[in-house]
Amino acid sequence: MNIIVCIKQVPETTEVRINPETNTLIRDGVKSIINPFDMYAIEEGVRLKERFGGKVTVLTMGPPQAESVLRDAIAVGADEGILVCDRAFAGSDTWATSYTLSGAIKKIGAFDLIICGKQASDGDTAQVGPGISTHLDIPQVTYVKKIEEVSTEGGSASGGKGTMRVERMMEEGYEIIETPLPALFTVVKEINEPRIPSLKGMMRAKSAKIAVLTQKELNLDPQAIGLCGSPTQVVKIFTPPQRTGGQMLSGDNQEVADKLVELLKLEIS
Amino acid sequence: MDYLLTEEQKMIRDLARKIAEEKVRPVAAKYDVSEEFPWDVLKVIADADLFGLFIPEEYGGMGVGVLNLCIATEEFARACGGIAVCYAASALGTFPIVLFGNDEQKKKYLPDLASGKKVAAFGITEPGAGSDASAIKTTAKKVGDHYVLNGLKHFITNGGDAETYVVIVMTDKTKGARGASAFIVEKGTPGFTFGKKEDKFGIRASSTRELIFTDCKIPKENLLAKEGMGFIVTMRTFDMSRPGVAAQALGIAQGALDLAVRYAKERRQFGKSISSFQGIQWMLADMATEIEAARALVYSTARMVDAGIKDIAKESAMAKMYASDVAMKVSVDALQIFGGYGYMKDYPIEKYVRDAKITQIYEGTNQIQRNIIGLALLREALK
Repeated sequence: MNIIVCIKQVPETTEVRINPETNTLIRDGVKSIINPFDMYAIEEGVRLKERFGGKVTVLTMGPPQAESVLRDAIAVGADEGILVCDRAFAGSDTWATSYTLSGAIKKIGAFDLIICGKQASDGDTAQVGPGISTHLDIPQVTYVKKIEEVSTEGGSASGGKGTMRVERMMEEGYEIIETPLPALFTVVKEINEPRIPSLKGMMRAKSAKIAVLTQKELNLDPQAIGLCGSPTQVVKIFTPPQRTGGQMLSGDNQEVADKLVELLKLEIS
Repeated sequence: MDYLLTEEQKMIRDLARKIAEEKVRPVAAKYDVSEEFPWDVLKVIADADLFGLFIPEEYGGMGVGVLNLCIATEEFARACGGIAVCYAASALGTFPIVLFGNDEQKKKYLPDLASGKKVAAFGITEPGAGSDASAIKTTAKKVGDHYVLNGLKHFITNGGDAETYVVIVMTDKTKGARGASAFIVEKGTPGFTFGKKEDKFGIRASSTRELIFTDCKIPKENLLAKEGMGFIVTMRTFDMSRPGVAAQALGIAQGALDLAVRYAKERRQFGKSISSFQGIQWMLADMATEIEAARALVYSTARMVDAGIKDIAKESAMAKMYASDVAMKVSVDALQIFGGYGYMKDYPIEKYVRDAKITQIYEGTNQIQRNIIGLALLREALK
């Protein structure tokens, strides 16, 4: 089973600072890590490989430094890492990013499954995974919390035969979805517990050769990549104003309800 | 302080620290109370390839030496002295096979110990033979192509939970210490059973049991080195493992200091953080300095071992003695900084005091270490 896991390099902090002038993330002095949700995607890919054979390829788009997260993924069991890196891709929004990554995936060749984390901890859009499946025209299942059953026609050979039945997390309960392969899943943290790297894995990661794909290799539509391929415009980024303290109403139920109705009327008038 | 570690050693430290913070620290208090053997944590350590740090690559290990073992042990002990000793005691039981095993013995036992699939233990202590190894009463009698073991070992770390045991018993009582021999005994061998599990003051995540041999028949192939070599096997093993005990003590000391610094910054009295008081700062400064001195001694000794220097009994003893004395002093001072809260089990610091105490006692009491150092000094003076 050939599995591609798409990961993103994000700053290691929950308090992302934003440059108010440029509306971009301030990355200086912040350590970069694998997007925490992508750790579950890598782990699930490695577990599938351990059960069915095959290989796990991790893919990321980013500046040359993003190579380090590919190595971190190899340390926890991925077989190889591919960095999609070119100045031409700079400034991509989720649409251009998913187009570019789908181009890289076509270049990689036959696969059975693509796994992504449910969203990135910096942008929180949850759009790139579904975008990739749209560009590749393959089924997508988002918020997968369990892979229930895997049936591969003709063993573990890749090329996208077979089906998978998965549980998809809903706000209350879950859906069971069966999908033909190849498919794309985005996964939630309930799906597994990511492993700690092994020393041998870390050593392998250190010496692993990371392949780099540029626009030259991918030959994508220049109008659909980078800043000019990105329809999203960030107009303004701001911290929402803090909620004020609220107001306590007192009295019996009827009195409180009446006061509340009056106040709500004032709000909408 | 920069310890001039190699890239590989930094990798081991970072990995062990990650395991310590994510997998050891959260369960330290739980195992301290339950006294269960921390199999789940040891499985994580095994999966991370850290059991085989000092075992040659040809037998499934990483082949990278005693300093690496010390670095990993120190990091685990920083989070829990008990779990760290489960790990380090397996190394103690493995060293005799690494040092004295023949190729067949190494092939048979080391791969499973390197992968952490099995845990090892070392058995020398008996009710009447602690520091005085020549007083061992357990015997091994050669009968045909077997040895038959009879007797009792006690206070054996990992006893009952380990699969592979190296025990020191008498093959010839008339020769005293020169009549001792080392044997490998596997759990499950008929006639080999376990006695009571000790209820300990500290390192409670580790198991300590009696090993009972009743006409226990083991193949003669399980003899390590030669008959009469038991005492040498023990001394050479301790030379290798004492830096590990020292590293355990070092980790406990560092862990206690970390907690003390954090608490001193948080705790407010007289309208300010107690860390602003010179009295507290001086205590912390002494603690930190003693820890660095201990670390320098431990790492230097481990580097000597890894460089293949044979005569390291003195340095090994110094490292174990000094680091454990520092662990005791630092943990007690750290508790003092916590004040009344430190005395309560709701806070993690009292456990460090309990865990530290054993490091002054086992693998040779610190009084025995001083004997070793004194003897070495006098011998050197004769040269």
